[in-house]
Amino acid sequence: MAVFDRGLKIFSLVLALGVGTIIFGCLGFERPLFSTLTVGLLGKYLCYAVLALSIDLVWGYMGILSLGHGAFFALGGYAFGMYLMRQIGAQGVYGDAILPDFMVFIGWDRLPWYWQGSEYFIVALLLVIVAPGGLALVFGWTAFRSRVSGVYFSIMSQALTYALLLAFYLNSLGFGGNNGFTDFKSILGLDIHSPSMIVSLFGASALLLWLAALAARVLVTSRLGLVMMAIRDNEERVRFAGYKVENVKVAIFAFSAILAGLGGALYVPQAGIINPSLFAPIFSIEMVVCVALGGRGTLYGAIIGAFVVNYAKSRLSTAVPDLWPFLLGALFVLVTVFGREGAMGFGRQIGRQIGRWLGGPKLKAPEEERA
Amino acid sequence: MPRLFFLNFPARALLLSLGLALALATLPTDRGLAQADPSPARESLAGVSQSGESQVAGSPFGEPQEPPTADLAAGTDLSAPVLASLQSSKVGDRDAAIQELGLDFSPLSSQILAGLLQGRLHLDRASGAFYLEEEGGFRLLWPETGPSTPENPRKVAVNNRQRETLEGLLNSRALRDPDLERRRRAAAALIGATKVDLALIQNLLTQEADERTRDSLRVIVALGALRDSGSPLSAKLAALQDLEGLYAPAAQADLKLLAQGQEPQLAQAASRVLRRLEARAQHLALVETFFFGLSLGSVLVLIAIGLAITFGVMGVINMAHGEMAMLGAYTVWALQTLWPQSPGLALLLALPTAFVVAGLVGGAIELTVIRPLYQRPLETLLATFGLSLILQQAARKGISSMNVPVTTPGFMSGQWLISSNFSLSQGRVIIILFCLLVFAVVYLIMRKTRLGLEIRAVTQNRAMARALGVPSSRVDTLTFALGSGVAGISGVALSQLTNVGPNLGQDYIVDSFMVVVFGGVGNLWGTLVGGLIIGLANKFLEPLNGAMLAKITIMVGLILFIQRHPRGLFPQRGRVASF
Amino acid sequence: MIFSLGKKAILAGALALIMLTGGALAQAQDTIKVGILHSLSGTMAISETTLKDSILMLIDEQNKKGGLLGKKLEAVVVDPASDWPMFAEKARDLLTRDKVAVVFGCWTSVSRKSVLPVFEEFNGLLFYPVQYEGQESSKNVIYTGAAPNQQAIPAVDYLLGEGVKRFVLVGTDYVFPRTANKIVEAYLLKKGVAQADIVTYYTPFSHSDWQSIVADIKRIGGTGLKTAVISTINGDANVPFYKELAAQNISASNIPVMAFSVGEEELSGVDAKPLVGHLAAWNYFQSVDNPANAEFIKQWKAYIKDDKRVTNDPMEASYIGFNLWVKAVEKAKTTDVDAVLKAIVGLSTPNLTGGVAKVLPNHHLTKPVLIGEIEDDGQFQVVWETEGEVEGDAWSDYLPESADLISDWTDPINCGNYNQKTKTCLGAEKSPEK
Repeated sequence: MAVFDRGLKIFSLVLALGVGTIIFGCLGFERPLFSTLTVGLLGKYLCYAVLALSIDLVWGYMGILSLGHGAFFALGGYAFGMYLMRQIGAQGVYGDAILPDFMVFIGWDRLPWYWQGSEYFIVALLLVIVAPGGLALVFGWTAFRSRVSGVYFSIMSQALTYALLLAFYLNSLGFGGNNGFTDFKSILGLDIHSPSMIVSLFGASALLLWLAALAARVLVTSRLGLVMMAIRDNEERVRFAGYKVENVKVAIFAFSAILAGLGGALYVPQAGIINPSLFAPIFSIEMVVCVALGGRGTLYGAIIGAFVVNYAKSRLSTAVPDLWPFLLGALFVLVTVFGREGAMGFGRQIGRQIGRWLGGPKLKAPEEERA
Repeated sequence: MPRLFFLNFPARALLLSLGLALALATLPTDRGLAQADPSPARESLAGVSQSGESQVAGSPFGEPQEPPTADLAAGTDLSAPVLASLQSSKVGDRDAAIQELGLDFSPLSSQILAGLLQGRLHLDRASGAFYLEEEGGFRLLWPETGPSTPENPRKVAVNNRQRETLEGLLNSRALRDPDLERRRRAAAALIGATKVDLALIQNLLTQEADERTRDSLRVIVALGALRDSGSPLSAKLAALQDLEGLYAPAAQADLKLLAQGQEPQLAQAASRVLRRLEARAQHLALVETFFFGLSLGSVLVLIAIGLAITFGVMGVINMAHGEMAMLGAYTVWALQTLWPQSPGLALLLALPTAFVVAGLVGGAIELTVIRPLYQRPLETLLATFGLSLILQQAARKGISSMNVPVTTPGFMSGQWLISSNFSLSQGRVIIILFCLLVFAVVYLIMRKTRLGLEIRAVTQNRAMARALGVPSSRVDTLTFALGSGVAGISGVALSQLTNVGPNLGQDYIVDSFMVVVFGGVGNLWGTLVGGLIIGLANKFLEPLNGAMLAKITIMVGLILFIQRHPRGLFPQRGRVASF
Repeated sequence: MIFSLGKKAILAGALALIMLTGGALAQAQDTIKVGILHSLSGTMAISETTLKDSILMLIDEQNKKGGLLGKKLEAVVVDPASDWPMFAEKARDLLTRDKVAVVFGCWTSVSRKSVLPVFEEFNGLLFYPVQYEGQESSKNVIYTGAAPNQQAIPAVDYLLGEGVKRFVLVGTDYVFPRTANKIVEAYLLKKGVAQADIVTYYTPFSHSDWQSIVADIKRIGGTGLKTAVISTINGDANVPFYKELAAQNISASNIPVMAFSVGEEELSGVDAKPLVGHLAAWNYFQSVDNPANAEFIKQWKAYIKDDKRVTNDPMEASYIGFNLWVKAVEKAKTTDVDAVLKAIVGLSTPNLTGGVAKVLPNHHLTKPVLIGEIEDDGQFQVVWETEGEVEGDAWSDYLPESADLISDWTDPINCGNYNQKTKTCLGAEKSPEK
């Protein structure tokens, strides 16, 4: 399979068109066509989409259902949040040039060691990659080596994010406890609320999503990708064939965690706040549901799912505040029970149908066979 | 499920330590006293006001055996001015009235004091008559000529200070009660009281025959001597000598003061007593922690048993499991609302009802949602997650977004005195026993009934079971219903411990999955042992570095354990386990 | 396959764009819009739904009186779903898309912190109705709940007056309990209580197993010194805590528990009999005997069509906030935020306990402090109250880092965190006012 198949081409086109329109609409006119609110919101969805994509990579292509991917997203977010907190500098309410407000608040008089260097953008970027990647490496290595798999792995990953949730609630951990990080002022010395910054963040998120999709596409079309799918379909057989299944799993899992972390890092400045609720198991499950809704093992499905679910959540919670949990719940049930392939599968069916009408060449049915 | 009867190491270790703890707890301790046990006066009546399954209503303190002086017991009619000032809207007047009543030892005054303390004394403003609220109505107390039913009764309010006084008065009275248990409790409670009539106690000490009551009284006297700055050194030393043989935590503050005091002799004696006291307190705390661990563990086991069936045996990741428990808890509320006068009965009735309600809902879920997903266990997670959202919101919209009140009946509250200085809360003990009972029943169902046999057959080899004529789809439905029903029952137990509201299920879902995975999926014994171990570990860690870190430590520990032993404490053998 | 896939993607993209742009339909401008930003789902729905209903009721009432400035009030209700980033998002929605004149909302401290930058950026106006930890004062927020000195300090005074010598501070581990406890501790030390006699416990959110902590409390209380518990336990965790107190036989006359976040509404979900005598410190109780309060309770029960519903302190704070806003708009003759903010300082309105709530220059109010004992019907019996009202203090005087700070939003200071010693406004490097 070629990397640049039609799917990726169309995805790139749609993304480029959409982003282009929005950026042009915002900057090209005296009165922007799109409010910063809309742009910020879309930027957040793009970050969710990166997370969904990273989940799809391990779940859809390797059969590992991680219920704790939100943890990597959040770790990336916290890592970048540390930088944002330091950027506030003396503009905080206590006017302390070094310590973030919440540290003054809990009575600390100096930065703890793990905050050292967080004022440098490069360090922050490094941390965004190292923190989630490192955790995934350690967790994945211990888990896969002792062949924790299937449901056990899911539950373990859930326990991991739950443990982190509890830990980050601790005020004495030095990450702001329940309140987390908020009231960001600037990135690289530039005002974080300025329209150009909002648009840039949005553009960066779109770029990240595109790069992530490209990387994922490269991965799944490579030989490694074939091994991944083989592991998904029959792990034992791959092992007998002489592949180091554990190494593949750990590497892909860590890569996916890094993607998630990068998504989280871009999410935080756009959301304007990060607190431990991103570690809540329910957030990770919601993201998994996004993937299922879009259709797993399709990459683009995950992206569509992330957009649709989060958009629906945002819209419905305003339109029908009392009913939206019902709708969301029903959506989950219906998608899993009836729409086995998710939205992408549904799209394929329609496509096949249209193909038949047009009398064109018969499109092959998807050949997935999963447990 | 192979070899369920065989207990391997963790189970044996657990049983051993269980036995050990029981032995520890029931050990006949050297002569000691109940810790300053709050208000037996209130407690003995809690049953009356809360459960409605009272013994006979009326004064629980009985009549005093022998009034100290004859002239105070002049008659049954209280002087009208005292009761008139009790009607006053001014707190000071009522304070004075209570003091006055304390000097009167007639049965009527006892009744009025007790009624005040329990908030059952009512006043009819129009007629100025006092009534005691009893089951099904009001009983006229004073005056005899008052109307038999009040027009507009209003409760006579008391505040904390008055309650403290009332408890002191009533406990002093109860020291003369013929009932031994009451005397013991009253004496123990008086240790903590601030104002005690020492002369009276000393007088009683000469008459009291019961050893335990005497010990409490001796502590009171000794404390009095220590606190009295006027008493001579020898008296103080004697008091310390006395305290050394008794276990009296209430003396701690005074002992500390003395131990740091100027008088070397006193300081030495005091610190000796103090050391003994602290060592003993530590020992008791350890036993207590063990009990707390068991109790927390049994709660975890209760919630997890249902999951051990649906998840462990069937392989369905039921994220709506917590909501089944929620249904059970709401059943208690519904039944108690139906029969507000007998909450205890409603609680008992809720057990079968909750089982049926949650079981039916579970069965329906299996038929509609789970059935199409059997080949895809991971996806049951998503569908049931959606269901849990729907059920939660349904509770929020259908019942209330707020928590609903559930009453704790008399038999679930109160203390259970094991030895004189060690008591356990009755509700917790009942829940531990209940957990074991539920476990035993589920275990027997799985091992001894046809349904259990079929369940095991279907989970071990579906095709073969079907070939042998087991109706596998019906068995699936029944299994899921059973698991959900048990979850419903656990909800009934939870209603006694925590909030009953839409969020109830959410709070326990991660924990219960951890218990099942830790114990070993597909193994009921594993769930029992796993739950208890987690509970115990949690409670023993908590005093070390706080509740937050204890919980995190447990989680991390569990993760590490599963990494090393992927199949949990009791790995399931054979091919069944892989899914 | 590829064909349909692309088709779907285009379709989805197009759909999304249409939905996004089409959503913002302009509406007729003959009403004044009032935003309500309270969680209606998720964990906080339990408390916040009531406040949404109270504000709706007040808006209804106001419209019956003929509206405001000749216009009708129109409520814009959104559900931030107990999700903190969503609070910021919804606040942005309300301010930029709906262009509301004022927002009543938030409950938890983190939700307020989350929306704060939004309100400052778009110069909105938020009325925050819940008692909170202080150490904050924003130009765009009016804090109608209690600051720590309007709740914690008087409560401690009361306990000291009752002869309490030893204090156990129990709280959920987040910012309100941490701050309240810090202030309480500093105050107690100042009052001569020994450090060894102050014991602190923190627990996770929704903590449900209180056995060990309650046993500790019992042990601490049983050593011969009068002991009280000061509880800053959050929402959910309270019921299991009180149930455990009852199970271990701790009564209010032995070891009273003074709670800062347990009110009538929380108690309506509990069997209150075992709790009788335990204490709470608030600025309002439903049981306060006062014609204005009686009227308010009657109105509320009629509006919500449920005779069993109760009122509570944050509802009174919402009531005060709403009335203050109405008065300020009437005074300023416009709903323009800057004009309203200018007009509102110094305004006062009757509260429901017979006093007046006056807006101070630091955007906090004057409030009476009441101590109540829980009764068996879930109501409170007021056992103590301050003489007159206490002025809300944004920056605690008992904490070293904020002792020199004050907040004053009137000229010439016009600063939320002004250091009196150095005469500077901290964080003033902020970009100049927009």
